[in-house]
Amino acid sequence: MAGEDELKLLGTWASPWVSRVKLALHLKGLSYEYVEQDLDNKSDLLLTSNPVHKKVPVLIHNGKPICESVVILEYIDEAYGTTGPSLLPTDPYERAIARFWVDYIDQKLVIPWKVAFTADGEEEKTEGIKQMLAVVQTLEGALKECSKGKPFFGGDSVGYVDIALGGLLAFLQGTEELCGTKPFDIANTPLLLAWVERFTALDAAKVALPDVTKLVEFAKTKRLRI
Amino acid sequence: MAGGDDLKLLGAWPSPFVTRVKLALALKGLSYEDVEEDLYKKSELLLKSNPVHKKIPVLIHNGAPVCESMIILQYIDEVFASTGPSLLPADPYERAIARFWVAYVDDKLVAPWRQWLRGKTEEEKSEGKKQAFAAVGVLEGALRECSKGGGFFGGDGVGLVDVALGGVLSWMKVTEALSGDKIFDAAKTPLLAAWVERFIELDAAKAALPDVGRLLEFAKAREAAAAASKDEFND
Repeated sequence: MAGEDELKLLGTWASPWVSRVKLALHLKGLSYEYVEQDLDNKSDLLLTSNPVHKKVPVLIHNGKPICESVVILEYIDEAYGTTGPSLLPTDPYERAIARFWVDYIDQKLVIPWKVAFTADGEEEKTEGIKQMLAVVQTLEGALKECSKGKPFFGGDSVGYVDIALGGLLAFLQGTEELCGTKPFDIANTPLLLAWVERFTALDAAKVALPDVTKLVEFAKTKRLRI
Repeated sequence: MAGGDDLKLLGAWPSPFVTRVKLALALKGLSYEDVEEDLYKKSELLLKSNPVHKKIPVLIHNGAPVCESMIILQYIDEVFASTGPSLLPADPYERAIARFWVAYVDDKLVAPWRQWLRGKTEEEKSEGKKQAFAAVGVLEGALRECSKGGGFFGGDGVGLVDVALGGVLSWMKVTEALSGDKIFDAAKTPLLAAWVERFIELDAAKAALPDVGRLLEFAKAREAAAAASKDEFND
């Protein structure tokens, strides 16, 4: 790594979006200073670094802030193109496919999950669960296509889609307790189940993902503010 | 254009997301087959090319489909990097800034604007309008920062953010006509107001933006049929 290269990550320990960035930094072998934020009492640094959204994660590289988890992931991959493995494929078509699935995860998975978790009425909750499971089923198909028999969405090694979904893993593992349903099961999503085992065993995952039990307790008490 | 490059765009003329792709193709000087889809009766090709969302635009390049407007734009920029101007700068930090503002346009302007236009209750519409106007205010600042004295978000030339916002311009004019509100008001957001005038004069804009009059008729007809509408333009 070039001398004088300074990386600072503003985050909160529970945030899956922050976990995504931690995963990417670890996979690339990049050192960084992590600064835990108090979102009830936002720091000046956070407010000046992300004046538009005032949210985490923010990656500050040599004093310059980058915001939004997927923007940060692509930035890390491009700014550190010769450091560690590539997160996105080199082929433009494969990059488009990877971006498609990351966009799908962000557009389609999170909202029904939140509904399933926070819904007051049974009907609304059931609908959230149903939609979430349908999305998970589509992702099973995506994994089959993207991996082509290899361990990850990125093929032999962890890629952009793996990181985007992986960042959410602690929440996904806590889903049964938080939403009342298992997101993955051997009958419907065998590939994803195996992927979860594989992903959680990665060193990067052990460092980047919050403890599931701690997260579940926190989510229950705070009723979800990520 | 490289020999043997077959580009087909599955679209619908009113869609601002399709307009974005047409803008990019025009800016790059790329020829393509323009396939108009009937969104009430989607073609086999569309359903096969975008089985997940079943939506337009889809760009089919030598038989391989690419979906989602901003993904298509980056794809075009990467595959045809040596053809026409680049939509994204070379510097990773500037690329991150551009991507940030593209996401902002989609999440904070376009989404509330659609709620303003198509919301089911007056409350929803009013909230959408409020958020859309707030976003326009923020984008004025973004333009000032990004343009660095040049006329566009991309600086001296058109970039990804310009195309993302430019794609919705005809619809913004239609919304102004329907609501009586000025979205890009020279008094409140002078840089953006000037940017709009500059953008619509581009050859690419003249080629790609749908005619405002025709779009206004379309919008009125759709509002009238709203009760029975299947809302196929909800992409």
